[in-house]
Amino acid sequence: MRIVVAMKAVPDLVEEIELTPDETDIDREYLKFVLNEWDDQALEEALLVKDATGAEVVAVGLADDPDIDQALYTAIAKGADGAVMLEGGGADTHSRAAAFAEYLAKEPADLVITGVQAPDDLDGQLAPMLAARLGQRHVSVVVGVEAKDGNVVVRQEFSGGRAHVLELPLPAVIGLQASRETPRYAPITRIRQAMQAGGVRGESVSTDVASSGLSVRRMFRPEQTSHAEMLEGDVDDIADKILELLRERGMVKG
Amino acid sequence: MSGNVLVLAEHIGGEVQEATYELLGKAKELAVALGGEVEVAAFGPASLADQLGGADVVVSVDHPALAEYNPEAYEVALLSVLRERGPRLLLLSNATIGLDLGASLSVHWDASLAAYVGALQVDGDAVLATAQVMGGKLHAEVELTGERGICTVLAGAFPASAGTAPAAGSEVVAFATPEGLDNVQTKLRSVIEPEAGDVNITEADLLVSVGRGIESQENLEMVQELADLLGAPLSASRPIIDSGWLPKTRQVGKSGLKVKPKAYLAFGISGAPEHLEGMRDAELIIACNTDESAPIFDVAHLGTTEDLFELIPALADKVKG
Repeated sequence: MRIVVAMKAVPDLVEEIELTPDETDIDREYLKFVLNEWDDQALEEALLVKDATGAEVVAVGLADDPDIDQALYTAIAKGADGAVMLEGGGADTHSRAAAFAEYLAKEPADLVITGVQAPDDLDGQLAPMLAARLGQRHVSVVVGVEAKDGNVVVRQEFSGGRAHVLELPLPAVIGLQASRETPRYAPITRIRQAMQAGGVRGESVSTDVASSGLSVRRMFRPEQTSHAEMLEGDVDDIADKILELLRERGMVKG
Repeated sequence: MSGNVLVLAEHIGGEVQEATYELLGKAKELAVALGGEVEVAAFGPASLADQLGGADVVVSVDHPALAEYNPEAYEVALLSVLRERGPRLLLLSNATIGLDLGASLSVHWDASLAAYVGALQVDGDAVLATAQVMGGKLHAEVELTGERGICTVLAGAFPASAGTAPAAGSEVVAFATPEGLDNVQTKLRSVIEPEAGDVNITEADLLVSVGRGIESQENLEMVQELADLLGAPLSASRPIIDSGWLPKTRQVGKSGLKVKPKAYLAFGISGAPEHLEGMRDAELIIACNTDESAPIFDVAHLGTTEDLFELIPALADKVKG
């Protein structure tokens, strides 16, 4: 079984995000990019399936994503059998889905696992869009994937803790919410070894950009209708103030 | 071009969910502005129509494959309904069902798609959506171009009350079984109901809640001690649950539980929309996060950027006296 993990580098949300001068996009120039956290979970889940079945796992990213090579080498260091960096494709999900679909037409996968969402997928999520382009079945918000007799058994989660266990034939595309185990750690020495071994292969895909159909009029920071009143003083003063508030409400004795 | 707005009804065991009424209410307003009607697709028992009197037209598809939600069966049925009814706009919830169907239908039905939508309006002929991106740090106002569009809408974005008010005359259309529905290959093997037996965090007056800022499972001990001293259950945001550090029964948020305690202490929680949805109605919210621009401070009443690793022990010491 061949599993492809589709990966995306996204702005690190810890950083302050600036807008372009026309305020219709984020300014990527000085931003730090990291692997989409849900894609990290997707990789872990793929590696767990590999551990159980001996499946081949290939991590695939788009060359235009800043620092995606870092994520791909890390994937190899964690146990992926290979990595592919696609030249071409666009920035929005519709274009990305077209690029991954073109690659998968050339090198098909039995199973594609990718993050259920990304912080910047304004025009929708990759997994269902890619599945639609490939004409395959798909399930999103999945918290566990197991391969079983040519099928895949997944656990799909709903609000309030309900879940469905679904079984579907391969090939299929899975949008992963959370892996069964915390994503494994790759020591820096092994990532360096992967980089020296140069295991990331380049592939070009056409740059026909699929239209998202969205026209961004403006981006803005949400108006803060209210902001918390910030407590003043040192840690002692703040602790006192918090306990006083709880005492007033009868929630702390004394 | 049609001005109709179609909503997909979500139900659990035949009971229509709150999110559907939120969408129906907004759909009415949009349909008036677009000069069309509100249609609702009801998949499952025909009796669902009784709960959907808020729509002008109920398009009912009653088939065994649709008894419970099934991504493949729903996609087949909804695509068929969309092609037949040809609405201008499809509204889905931005939860599991919308996350499954929105993006694939955008391709199959050739429609523009805006996800994470928190506001919607009609401006002339254009449908404008405001989407929350970057974990809620930024909003994007987008126009859905083309003849048809899809929006996946965040829970709680619109009031449900407008969606329950009956329409002037509600028509029920029994839709012919869509081709392919008899040949669905995705099988539902079992339904897992929420775990019971653990403390019920929705009943607590005070919650001590912790997020990613706690950094490691070992550090949870410190927060647990404070919670115990305060006689409060420990709850958490999604990353803590996904890491397996606390059971699912302790998760506050859209995919967990909605809580409304008298006081909510949030430590190291940045406030992703998923989390805020589950706790914003608490009477008093006190947040501790080192990033003053974190969205948690937009819903908190009081806040501090003090390091939680200093504040939590200080609180514990003072409670001990």
